[in-house]
Amino acid sequence: MTAAEGVPGAAWRRADGPPAQDRERRRRSGGRPPRPGESVVGEAEFTSYYGRPVIKPPVWKTPDVPLYLFLGGAAGTSALLGTMAELTGRPALARAAHLTAGGGALTSVGFLIHDLGRPARFLNMLRVFKPTSPLSVGSWVLAPFSALTTATAGAHLLGRFPRLRLLTGLGAAALGGPMTTYTAALLADTAVPSWHEAHRELPFAFAGSAMAAGGGIAVACSPAEEAGPARQVAVTGALVELAAMHRIEHGHGLVSEPYRTGRAGRLLRAARACTVTGTALTLAAGRRRVPALLGGALLAAGSAVTRFGVFDAGLASARDPKYTVEPQRARAAERDAAAAGAPS
Amino acid sequence: MTTISSASTAFSGDDPRNRLFGPVPDVAGERGYGEDHPPRVGFFTDTSVCIGCKACEVACKEWNTLPMDDAEGNRAQLGLTGASYDNTGMLGANSWRHVAFVEQSRAVDLPMPTVGAPGSAGGQRPLADPPVVHPGVPASSTTAEQSAPQQTTSGDREIRWLMSSDVCKHCTHAACLDVCPTGSLFRTEFGSVVVQEDICNGCGYCVPACPYGVIDQRQDDGRVFKCTLCYDRLTDGLQPACASACPTESIQFGDLDELRARADARLAALQEKGVEGARLYGHDEDDGVGGAGAFFLLLDEPEVYGLPPDPVVTTRDLPSMWRHVAAGAALVVGVVASAFAGRRR
Repeated sequence: MTAAEGVPGAAWRRADGPPAQDRERRRRSGGRPPRPGESVVGEAEFTSYYGRPVIKPPVWKTPDVPLYLFLGGAAGTSALLGTMAELTGRPALARAAHLTAGGGALTSVGFLIHDLGRPARFLNMLRVFKPTSPLSVGSWVLAPFSALTTATAGAHLLGRFPRLRLLTGLGAAALGGPMTTYTAALLADTAVPSWHEAHRELPFAFAGSAMAAGGGIAVACSPAEEAGPARQVAVTGALVELAAMHRIEHGHGLVSEPYRTGRAGRLLRAARACTVTGTALTLAAGRRRVPALLGGALLAAGSAVTRFGVFDAGLASARDPKYTVEPQRARAAERDAAAAGAPS
Repeated sequence: MTTISSASTAFSGDDPRNRLFGPVPDVAGERGYGEDHPPRVGFFTDTSVCIGCKACEVACKEWNTLPMDDAEGNRAQLGLTGASYDNTGMLGANSWRHVAFVEQSRAVDLPMPTVGAPGSAGGQRPLADPPVVHPGVPASSTTAEQSAPQQTTSGDREIRWLMSSDVCKHCTHAACLDVCPTGSLFRTEFGSVVVQEDICNGCGYCVPACPYGVIDQRQDDGRVFKCTLCYDRLTDGLQPACASACPTESIQFGDLDELRARADARLAALQEKGVEGARLYGHDEDDGVGGAGAFFLLLDEPEVYGLPPDPVVTTRDLPSMWRHVAAGAALVVGVVASAFAGRRR
């Protein structure tokens, strides 16, 4: 380790005139004023290269990628629900869930391809298999999953091939679990501070979100006498989603901040309102049709808006260099202190 | 005949350790290149002798026929940033070398309060090592012998310029390469990391994966582009265009081992002359990316130049991510199964 000689920083300050100072002032006043008791020390000590981001913000498009996350999750849970319903003799629930799975998976693939810079080269995704790339693993999950769910949904629509339908449904259900959570690794395996630091909680947030969405849609689209299990999945999912998102929004110090502020903060507050109301309605609905429909729709909406919020928080944390620099600075200082404190 | 894999070192290497993180002594050999592969090469960029001429940027653009863009990556746009002489702005799809310009000042450190001594030499205190001025002679490699060539006083302030030519780091553990789902990014026999443009489908995963913000998607093209360490020139025995063009040898190209030794010597020389803040950046094999193929001698904190102070390859935490993903998936399967179990219609 080659530490700096003399005083760190040595009191040098950037001195390139009014334009840079104005820009910096605008950047700082852009955010909301600090809440009482919130530290502003880091802000003052933090330096950057003309306020430019250190890492490149993701080039993934909105709404393509958030919708791809939402639909993939909803489809994963739906495939599991549909096949379990098929096996336990709930034909209406099976049909609704399998149609959701097929439709969701196909649309999800559509959004993924549309987001590519060279959509015609989509099949290059299946050129290699790389466990270090969540997108490669995800492509190898999504491709067979969408084929199987589409076949299952098609068989439901045609009302034929019951045996084939059961087989493709079982295949889709086997991939349903991974479908709900691989997208969490997809976001976390980046240098985006607010996504990477949340890599332990994101899979559970997405698992819960997927269950709330898949369960909610199934509750809304199937008769009450068959929807019992879907209701249980939806409510459990909503609770998991709320708990995991709470940890993401509060458990990681500075890099949790983008989840609570700006557009992402507003989206996530709206998502929480949808999920909480949807849960209450679903629990209170009993066998009444209208509240069940509304509750299921709200749970699905909460899940979708959560994906938009998480996506937006990541973009915000990538755009402001403070979220990259300050945690790294603190980490390096901690390591240096530990090295200095340790007996040599 | 060896098989060259575009998979990560993590799953192709023989050594069970350091597959995602830590030092890798032979990064090309680890990827399946035979014993006879060339030694790992890279850049040592000594910013203490950079004069901000941008010859590296121009040479790179010309050799690699990179399109024109502004500081935000907008194609065929001209724009002034107002950020000193830097109108390139950042590394990106169309700028594979980027010269950073930082103008700094600080109050001169007075030895004592000048009470009762008006007109004493407070603001005029000379620097310990005043910069040598060569009238009529442009800055050249002789400035390397000065301890602080781009520093002077102005009234009661000291001012200095920091200039640094940034480039892709060609990391030992390259996140862009790890996360690329198509195998478009690969490790060359020289240890560098290169995009195969005929394979890239523009998924954009490498863009936020890079801890340095180097690689980016090109507008109106859709694919990603970055420094190739002039792979085409290397295979013909030439050095990269930027290093050839650099007039002060601020950009030095060569075998990485030799460059590291040279950098250590240069740092020791500067520290001996009392240059404040000189430090190496990216040369340490124990850092978060297993050491960079392009490393730097800086005169201030990395973030002042727009570099991350403690970058870590994101895939270091991938085993933990996959474990949590598996647990989450198991939770979903369990919740759905239990919702149906023990329930009679």
